Amino acid sequence: MKSMIKKVLALTVVLIIMLPSLLTLVSCSSEGDSNVTTLYVYNWGEYISDGSEGTVDVNEEFERWYFDTYGERVEVTYSTYSSNEDMYAKLSGGAVNYDVIIPSDYMIERLIKEDKLAPLDYSNIPNIVNIAPEFYGKDAEYDYYDEGSMYSVPYFYGMIGIIYNTSMVDPDDEDIGSWSLMWDEDYTGNILQFNNSRDALGTAQYYLGIDVNTHDESEWRRALEKLREQKDIVQGYVMDEIFNKMENGSAAIASYYAGDYLAMYEENEDLEFFYPREGTNLYVDAMCIPKTSQNKLVAERYINFMLSVDKEYGAPAIANAEYTYYASPNKLVREDEGYIEYMGEIKDDGYEKMYDTDDVNATAYINLTSDKLALINNLWEELKSDIDVSPTIYILCGAIIATLAGFGVFFAVRKKIRNNY
Amino acid sequence: MKKFLSTGYIFLIFALLYAPILVLIIFSFNESGSLSEFSGFSFVWYKELFADEEALTSLKNSLILAVCSSLAATVIATFAALGLHHMRGKFVKGAIKSVTNIPMMNPDIVTGVSMMLLFVAVAGIIKANNFMGFGTMLIAHTTFNLPYVLLSVTPRFNQLDKSLSEAAQDLGCTPARAFFSVELPEIVPGIISGLMLGFTMSLDDFVISHFVSSPNFQTLPLYVYNQTVHNVKFSMYALCALIVAIILIILLAVNFTGSVSNKSRKKRNKGVA
Amino acid sequence: MKGKSVFQRMAAMPHIVWMIMFIVAPMLFVLYFAFTDTEGNFSFANITSLSEYSNVFILSIAFALIATVVCLVIGYPLAYFMAKSSPRMQKILMVLIMLPMWCNLLIRTYALMALLDNGGLINSFLESIGADKWHIVGSDFGVILGMVYDFLPYMVLPIFTVMSKLDKRYIEAAADLGCSSLQTMTKVIMPLSVSGVISGITMVFVPSISTFYISQKLGAGKIDLIGDTIERLFQNTSTYNIGAAISLIMMILIIVSVAIMNRFSDDDGGIII
Repeated sequence: MKSMIKKVLALTVVLIIMLPSLLTLVSCSSEGDSNVTTLYVYNWGEYISDGSEGTVDVNEEFERWYFDTYGERVEVTYSTYSSNEDMYAKLSGGAVNYDVIIPSDYMIERLIKEDKLAPLDYSNIPNIVNIAPEFYGKDAEYDYYDEGSMYSVPYFYGMIGIIYNTSMVDPDDEDIGSWSLMWDEDYTGNILQFNNSRDALGTAQYYLGIDVNTHDESEWRRALEKLREQKDIVQGYVMDEIFNKMENGSAAIASYYAGDYLAMYEENEDLEFFYPREGTNLYVDAMCIPKTSQNKLVAERYINFMLSVDKEYGAPAIANAEYTYYASPNKLVREDEGYIEYMGEIKDDGYEKMYDTDDVNATAYINLTSDKLALINNLWEELKSDIDVSPTIYILCGAIIATLAGFGVFFAVRKKIRNNY
Repeated sequence: MKKFLSTGYIFLIFALLYAPILVLIIFSFNESGSLSEFSGFSFVWYKELFADEEALTSLKNSLILAVCSSLAATVIATFAALGLHHMRGKFVKGAIKSVTNIPMMNPDIVTGVSMMLLFVAVAGIIKANNFMGFGTMLIAHTTFNLPYVLLSVTPRFNQLDKSLSEAAQDLGCTPARAFFSVELPEIVPGIISGLMLGFTMSLDDFVISHFVSSPNFQTLPLYVYNQTVHNVKFSMYALCALIVAIILIILLAVNFTGSVSNKSRKKRNKGVA
Repeated sequence: MKGKSVFQRMAAMPHIVWMIMFIVAPMLFVLYFAFTDTEGNFSFANITSLSEYSNVFILSIAFALIATVVCLVIGYPLAYFMAKSSPRMQKILMVLIMLPMWCNLLIRTYALMALLDNGGLINSFLESIGADKWHIVGSDFGVILGMVYDFLPYMVLPIFTVMSKLDKRYIEAAADLGCSSLQTMTKVIMPLSVSGVISGITMVFVPSISTFYISQKLGAGKIDLIGDTIERLFQNTSTYNIGAAISLIMMILIIVSVAIMNRFSDDDGGIII
């Protein structure tokens, strides 16, 4: 039996920890009485200026702006996801009602088709005029996922490219410039592939020259075979973990979104980047409001704020562009002198890498029919569950099980002999 | 020689066990924010951490949840232990005990998934908004705390002298009064250790929370997880270092103040004898 | 003897209600989803489609088995040496072994990954002395190493607790009766510490077989275990039915293996925290 005093002392320790939290609990519940609207924003990771390391905290600025403009308190609850598919799973799980989500083009198309998005009231989004004509308006070219921008306002856009570390990859390697670099056996264990089905299959399709929106099942299977072939030489399947891995030289080659390359380059100047010549993916990420949103008006004002370049409130559109390095569809951002200069400081051709992309052969992902979506899910499961159990593992396990069985028999026999006495 | 070998072995294993944690702590003071090169000593990441509202909110949430869930589990389990103590049917008793133990036996991920299925279904039926959050987390944490608290309270009941409660009732106490004034003080140590166990279990849980949480209620382990699946902010290393330091202080406090009081207790016992 | 009062009879009721709502009902939901298709019709398709995951199951069981055995082989001598050291030393070592257990698993796993990654401290050191890099993240060895590193304290602590409570007179008696130290070990200490070993094995095997964070970090998303598969099916592809089927199979697997393990010991191993 343990000492009572010891327990009491332990309890005091626990109470000391508990006390402040109980106090905050009390203060919390009183705080809840005043009229604070909570706005749930769900976005990609590393996709907003969040106030870290001296940057502008856009969500905080929004709260301030909202209070100054409308005299009401809003609290932004901001959370992040790693891929469109993760976002879709959480959204359709239905347990949380998000107010603003920022998926990519093909996912927006899917959400519209499934009637999950609310049409936007543009009278609450006057800053829409800041959006360049190729993204919004009747001449828009890049509203293919949402004709007439009924449901979405573009946030950022860009293309997928390949990032490689010049200290690990031979700069004269003839695979540079092509997707084949991702399949180069010389770099076994140093290649990182996307950890989401559409982007990963997409890389294989571009490499093979298959249409990324094909309706032919056998073509999708061919892409899968290519990924299986690659599985032996990749180090892993990652999403945003790629930042740390590329920055500290844990991997040499990775395909990822263009803007993120500059963020990595800022930390590690050995990194180089190209758009593969076989063609690559162009994506537009846009802000939408799910039908289940409880605060559509506030959500629309949030979208409006994200388009603003009001210096008094941290110029959110510019702050985000400077934080994420993605290409902005916002005219005022693109033409902002400070921004252009900033991009040039990060890397000499930083601005051009993001915006001068006319000669890149790029296509967009289009939403697929539900049977094709199920097919992609299945193919992805096939790839992920396709695991080789190495002979060493079998031998080790066999030895362990044999030893265990041996012990079992030994004890059983001994027990029996003893019982016979 | 033998002594040397065994000390060496202990030292080696502990060195390996602590190497990654120590590296993390040392590099949390690294000015440059790299895990492979130490460029200069600085507190910059600690400053960044205390400016990070998200981290502080998650810490607050974690503490609130741990307090509430361990208290709830302790209250329910203490009464359950009382009820089971007085229950006659062996089969019912056994059934209740084994069902309670399910969350302890099951891997966390299965418990998490099963809870998620329940909550998603209920949210769908009652068409609730923002159903997941503090409430669902509290339910989940209380549920997995129950078996542990029950396990630390039940032995106390078994040690109880049955005649105590009967004597109290003979002297005119109602059974409820008898419980609160006679039995409860006897089982307090069990309740306290159950409470502490529940508190730490809840503070530590990631897997179950991962399935039943929502962005409006993020706990510390969920914050750490979100950090590690994205571009890790270096302030997270500072956070980890702080967590390790706090746990070390608590453990030392509990273990070593305990040894002092143990001695004084022994002395007192001798005096009584 | 008085009859049981209403208070005593009803004391367990809140617990029973809670149990049915939050332990039994979620399990029924797992069953329901495992045996229905997406439209809610009864079907065995989920169970039969699991053959696609046979390698995942084999690998998970194999990894968990290997990790458990390695933990036992490393942990048993450690616990033995710890139990043989002086009482004051035992206290210190106890704190040192408990500290990693109380630290969140995410922190330790991430710390280990950061240390072992190709660009981590160890590999930059190897590179600076001109040696080849040690590609460990993304390999089978890395995942098993992660499991051993994370769960070793769970093996050591219960064995150590049993051994330190072991009556020294048994060992003295064995020596007096002419046992060599090896014989004392196999005939006295080992049989008496079986209960600790059994609970150690359970506490390492169950979390190892169901982990997803360790394989996600140290397997770099390439080595998918059962845990990763369940996590993906629920959080990424939202195919709950197959996810529920896998969870169900895993639950059965673990209950069976725990039952087998418990057969090795005569008395209840118990859970020691």
